[in-house]
Amino acid sequence: MKRSYLLTIISASVLLVVPLLLAALLSSKGLLSQLDARNLSPSWNHLFGTDWLGRDMLTRTMKGLALSIGVGTAASISSAIIACILGLIAATLGKTADRIITWLIDCFLSVPHLVLLILIAFAAGGGMKGVILALALTHWPSLARLLRAEILAMKVAPYVIISKQLGKSSWWIATRHMLPHLLPQFIVGALLMFPHAILHEAALTFLGMGLSPHQPAIGIILSESMKYISAGMWWLAVFPGLCLFIVVRAFDMLARSLYSIIDPSRARQ
Amino acid sequence: MRIPTLLLRQLMRLVLLLACVSSLTFVLMSNSPIDPVQAYIGADMLRVGEEQRAAIAEHWGLNEPPVQRFFTWLSAIVRGDFGTSIIYRQPVVEVIQEKFMSSISLLMIAWLLSGFIGFAAGVAAAMKRGTWLDRIIQWYCYALSSTPTFWAGVLLLLLFTVWLPIFPVGLGTPIGVRADEVSWLDRAYHMILPAITLSLVGVSHIALHTREKLIEVLSSEYITFARAKGLSGLQLVWRHGLRNILLPAITLQFASFSELFGGAVLIEQVFSYPGLGQATVEASTRGDVPLLMGIVLFSTCFVFVGNSIAEWTYRIIDPRIKEWYKHEA
Repeated sequence: MKRSYLLTIISASVLLVVPLLLAALLSSKGLLSQLDARNLSPSWNHLFGTDWLGRDMLTRTMKGLALSIGVGTAASISSAIIACILGLIAATLGKTADRIITWLIDCFLSVPHLVLLILIAFAAGGGMKGVILALALTHWPSLARLLRAEILAMKVAPYVIISKQLGKSSWWIATRHMLPHLLPQFIVGALLMFPHAILHEAALTFLGMGLSPHQPAIGIILSESMKYISAGMWWLAVFPGLCLFIVVRAFDMLARSLYSIIDPSRARQ
Repeated sequence: MRIPTLLLRQLMRLVLLLACVSSLTFVLMSNSPIDPVQAYIGADMLRVGEEQRAAIAEHWGLNEPPVQRFFTWLSAIVRGDFGTSIIYRQPVVEVIQEKFMSSISLLMIAWLLSGFIGFAAGVAAAMKRGTWLDRIIQWYCYALSSTPTFWAGVLLLLLFTVWLPIFPVGLGTPIGVRADEVSWLDRAYHMILPAITLSLVGVSHIALHTREKLIEVLSSEYITFARAKGLSGLQLVWRHGLRNILLPAITLQFASFSELFGGAVLIEQVFSYPGLGQATVEASTRGDVPLLMGIVLFSTCFVFVGNSIAEWTYRIIDPRIKEWYKHEA
């Protein structure tokens, strides 16, 4: 069992590294327009075909994916940090703090996520900065809620109470009893944010928020492709979307397999 | 507790929530680098002088401190005045009403479709647990949750309008027909593809949830007993399983209004469907602050209504919770 999880983790990681490597290796010459190579369907020279300006779609897709992965990483790390801080505050600093933060979480969850993203990206003045800010500020609530619930449950767990009665300091309890339990939850929670963040980044750029049309982002590529699919240029829409799907799926499987391995309750199976 | 008290409490929660969301929105907007006067003037930039700008700012009360501005804005909203949409040159309330009426049928159809298909798929997967059918349904659900919504829309558009031209390319009505001559058949025809796409997205959650629940129910003792009596297959599920899994499924479906709205924003953009989702995108890309704020508050209410219905279904239908409330009283 453990072996198949490991295998999934390795193959998913490879799938994630490939676009990063390709994005670094492929020269940005493919991003320039070549007027003699316009609207080419997929071939050995242009695996994903070319667009109406003669830009190589493989290069654009891989650079776009690398950008998505980068933005996703930045956003989910900051969201995870926010979740960690707020979850800790809610669980440890007393009732008023807890009530305020729980309420804040409820507020964030009761606006449709996409509308909230659009609002924040818009208020931040758009651009790359707006997209990252929107992603970072909206993915924390569920993880914060999870961490808060876990800590609150642990505070009254028998082993913590006994440890306290044995005279252990709170630092000792926090590092020896709570951290080993929380860390896997936190890591997996942060990893599971990735697929969401990437999908939302693509959605925002697709809607025309943020990034400029010259930047190769998957959302922009797909929204541009919509003008050309009625002319039969299917490769513009199919390959970039498929690559995005594979990356998201790989991240999802990576996080789930990792959870199966490091979750203590399932580790013995 | 009696029902009126509960209703009152629900209403209080909505008011508090709206207060929170509106103040968050206000803080975001007032710290935004976007200059509202500039956004209002837009393309007429060169024709509006300094004095006129100052006059607009004065008229809007932009020179006052933020707290006072917030209360002016809030009191206007309480009176039902959300301001005037810059793009549509109409009161925001009217724009939202009109756009929502156009979206609601799309949302409803997609919502019902995804509910029925998802539930049926979940039941089928649980009944045939471990077989190829179960595996296909599970794989499909997991794959669907990793698919970008708008890409699914683009693919279906490619499939059904370009390669197999069955459906129109988009828009809510045929091109070149006057608004009052559009029949409901035309509208329905234009709605099929967006509705199917939107429902595809909602299927996976409910199917996986129903599958888990039914498997749990099927391993219980009363099912073993019913099996011993000779019941099997659909009859068994119909008599003993359905009532147990229907309620969580309905609740889940009502609680999914948030994703439904988000999905509609993307799908309407893909299919150029003239609804509230498209208005959201237009408001944000063209800097229509009053409309965007109105939509934020409206969509919050929309989600809240869904969550409340979910809660109340439980209260009214589930005998266990009904008992619990009786004891609380």
